[in-house]
Amino acid sequence: MAVRPLESARMTDRFHLDAVPIRLDGCGKTFPGGARALEPLDLTIRGGETIVFLGPSGCGKTTTLRIIAGLESPDPGGRVLFGDEDVTDLPIERRNVGMVFQSYALFPNMTVAENVAYGLKVRRVGRAERGRRVEEMLDLMHLGEFAGRRIDQLSGGQRQRVALARALVVRPRVLLLDEPLTALDAKLRDSLRLEIDRLLRELGITAVYVTHDQGEAMALGDRIVVMAKGRVAQVGTPREIYYQPADGFVADFIGTMNRVGGTVRDGVLRIGRGSLPWSGPDGPVELLTRPEDIALASGEADAHLDGRIAAAVFLGDRTRLVVEPADGPPLTVDTAGRSDLGRGDRVSLRVDPARLLAVP
Amino acid sequence: MSACVQHGPGDLPRSAASPRAGRRRMGEPLRLAALLAPAAILFAAFFLLPLVRLIAIGAGGPQGWAAYLTTLADPGHLDSLASTLALSAGVTAVTLAVSTVAGLFLVRHRFPGHALLVALLTFPLAFPGVVIGFMVIMLAGRQGLIGTVTQALTGGKLVFAYSMAGLFLGYVYFSIPRVILTVMAAAEKLDPRLEEAARSLGASPWRVVADVILPALKPALISAGALCFATSMGAFGTAFTLATRINVLPMTIYTEFTLQANIAAAAALSVLLGLITWAALAVARSVAGTSVAAAG
Amino acid sequence: MTSLTHRRGWGFWLQLGFTLLVCALLTVPMAMSMLAGLTANYFVGLKSGLTLHWVEEVWRVYAGTILLSLQIAVACLAVTLVVGVPAAYALARRPGRLARLVEELLMMPVAIPGLATALALIVTYGAVGDLRSSWLFILVGHVLFTLPFMVRAVLAVMLSVDLTTLEEGAASLGAGFIRRFRTIVLPNARSGILAGSLMVLTLSVGEFNLTWLLHTPLTKTLPVGLADSYASLRIEIGSAYTLVFFLMIVPSLILLQGLARHGRPSA
Repeated sequence: MAVRPLESARMTDRFHLDAVPIRLDGCGKTFPGGARALEPLDLTIRGGETIVFLGPSGCGKTTTLRIIAGLESPDPGGRVLFGDEDVTDLPIERRNVGMVFQSYALFPNMTVAENVAYGLKVRRVGRAERGRRVEEMLDLMHLGEFAGRRIDQLSGGQRQRVALARALVVRPRVLLLDEPLTALDAKLRDSLRLEIDRLLRELGITAVYVTHDQGEAMALGDRIVVMAKGRVAQVGTPREIYYQPADGFVADFIGTMNRVGGTVRDGVLRIGRGSLPWSGPDGPVELLTRPEDIALASGEADAHLDGRIAAAVFLGDRTRLVVEPADGPPLTVDTAGRSDLGRGDRVSLRVDPARLLAVP
Repeated sequence: MSACVQHGPGDLPRSAASPRAGRRRMGEPLRLAALLAPAAILFAAFFLLPLVRLIAIGAGGPQGWAAYLTTLADPGHLDSLASTLALSAGVTAVTLAVSTVAGLFLVRHRFPGHALLVALLTFPLAFPGVVIGFMVIMLAGRQGLIGTVTQALTGGKLVFAYSMAGLFLGYVYFSIPRVILTVMAAAEKLDPRLEEAARSLGASPWRVVADVILPALKPALISAGALCFATSMGAFGTAFTLATRINVLPMTIYTEFTLQANIAAAAALSVLLGLITWAALAVARSVAGTSVAAAG
Repeated sequence: MTSLTHRRGWGFWLQLGFTLLVCALLTVPMAMSMLAGLTANYFVGLKSGLTLHWVEEVWRVYAGTILLSLQIAVACLAVTLVVGVPAAYALARRPGRLARLVEELLMMPVAIPGLATALALIVTYGAVGDLRSSWLFILVGHVLFTLPFMVRAVLAVMLSVDLTTLEEGAASLGAGFIRRFRTIVLPNARSGILAGSLMVLTLSVGEFNLTWLLHTPLTKTLPVGLADSYASLRIEIGSAYTLVFFLMIVPSLILLQGLARHGRPSA
């Protein structure tokens, strides 16, 4: 899957797609039986933007995608707009969307080329043009040599690329991807993720991507919608989500977060026996900080906290320490990879006060 | 599979050189063979042996094996074979069409009374042929529903139970529950994402059925169809109930055996019939790998 | 497949109508025959009144066939359990080409028309002792015909529960074969054994194709009696007799449908 950027950039030009914005207006979903899968949701997805819905299973992200696709209707009152067009009452087959499924959903009774051609056939595109467009798309996805293959003769990664080709060849207004990489192994997932990222940017299409994998979300999303229990917890760029989590759920769900509890008095936060400067109202407080924002102190004078190492995990580029202060919960601290520290060693820690977050 | 599953903690590690391990490894196949033996003996003594005998009797006359050809070449028998084949093919086509429409509908839609409808449609699954025959008489017999309705509407009484048409109706009646069950089981196993994918590419509901669902159901339909065909070929009870004059192969065999006492011809025709139904069901099994049964 | 349910166009109603029509085709004659069995005079119609007279008449004339059918069905169930369950186990533990072949062979009595099987039995064993005039002769036919259903139902469940691993687990805890079979194999195959048993009972009680040739005037089963009554007696008696037959098989059919809804062991 080595991509030759020049060639592919030239080819994607021809496929460049209109960037249609999407608006969800009060879209909720209650299933028969009364289960509320999605609280009413307002969201605007900009044209050409890649938006990622991220959350644990059952959070409502797939329901949202299926409402955008037209596979589910929102509860009465909800509206879905593609550009200026209200598509709420259009079934999926008339919305002109492209959809990629987790399980690929390739038609087993058709070859690779027939799968890709299917949407064009339904749209009554003439045989000659159909053939040309299918061939171009297969070339773009590096699937040319597999055109005549049956689906069960393909690997997982190849299948996913066929699914992408099939969704894109009809020039959809929106590309919808439902956990497209989940069924693949880790290494393939990384390379396909890069390929999808490149494709989405070159095509300039509006894309909605659903995943439970925060790595995928960070890498692909222009913006991420973090969801929990049928609600939107936060909408923001990957950096905003990571550095300014809107609440404790987002903070815990994205990356690793330390919780530091203590008491503020006169501009000083006391954490057990340690202390650091903190300007905030007096009283008990819980603050959050990332493992990379706690450093090993160079000396006693420098230190805010100290403790004993309970675990040291070598991760190559860094070493992750779990430090237990004399009192209080353990802290996760990232240090340089080349570290001699080990279990049982005493260390002093320094916390960057600017990186401490007070989160509701 | 290891035969060493019953090793105790003190046993030596498994080794091909150890005579003890060797004996153990032989143990399980022997035990499985012993468990299979009663069924095998029963089957051999009461099915295989009689079947071989039947085949031999078909060739037992002065003509020897040529008797099979003579029996087959008999115009009456040929006629009977042809009409049975035609009947079975027709029944299969109609049953498949009817059951596919109803079965797909029942899988794709949920509505109040759904479970009851499925239960009613699959209820006659295990009715014997004689009872099916009686149901046909109830519908299309002299005092049947169709006769009464047509008499009220047109003045003429439509009665067709005691003919090939009645038999046709009976076999369709018999086959519908089984084929509906097969269609429903296969349709429920379909990945709903396939249908959604086709729709996301713009396919209308009818197009989805034609391009995605029917191709996916093909193995199940072939299998169910073969089963339906075999059943219609070999069934006896319904025809016997409706009229002994209906010219189908099982009736011909029965007549040869009881009235003409022509055991050789009956045997030869039975062997032929058995070959046809067995071949049809072999097709069914090789396509679907599911259980098949010709009852009735 | 909730996807298509939220828009019910004319296609939905057309298909519903068709399905209801098919259902009517199947159920109306059943209802008619049950009613006819309880009507004083079917030719006159319901206004002649409802009566149990015909059912009593059936019992008076055909009680013997009903009892014999039950006797054969129970005996048939016993034999298929004793013979079929171990056979299914053997096939489940050795999935391979040989097992497939054996399975294929065991299914043959179902694939070959009952008429042919009955003829074969008669020409082979018809002259052996008193077998021809004994009910055991019919039992042999029924066992041949129903055994495949028992084996299939049990085998399907045994294959779906990964018996090998369960048994290896039990063996690792020190359980010998007999104990494993009793405490692991049989309980885990219970739903298949139950489905197979119901199927065997239902099929045996209704079997006609084989039985018609195998029976003698002294060994008439219920379906033989049914054919008899359809051919020679008034429609009310045939209907009442059919009603009795329905009453006998309905419980097991309902149980079978219930079983099928839970996990669907194929039968």
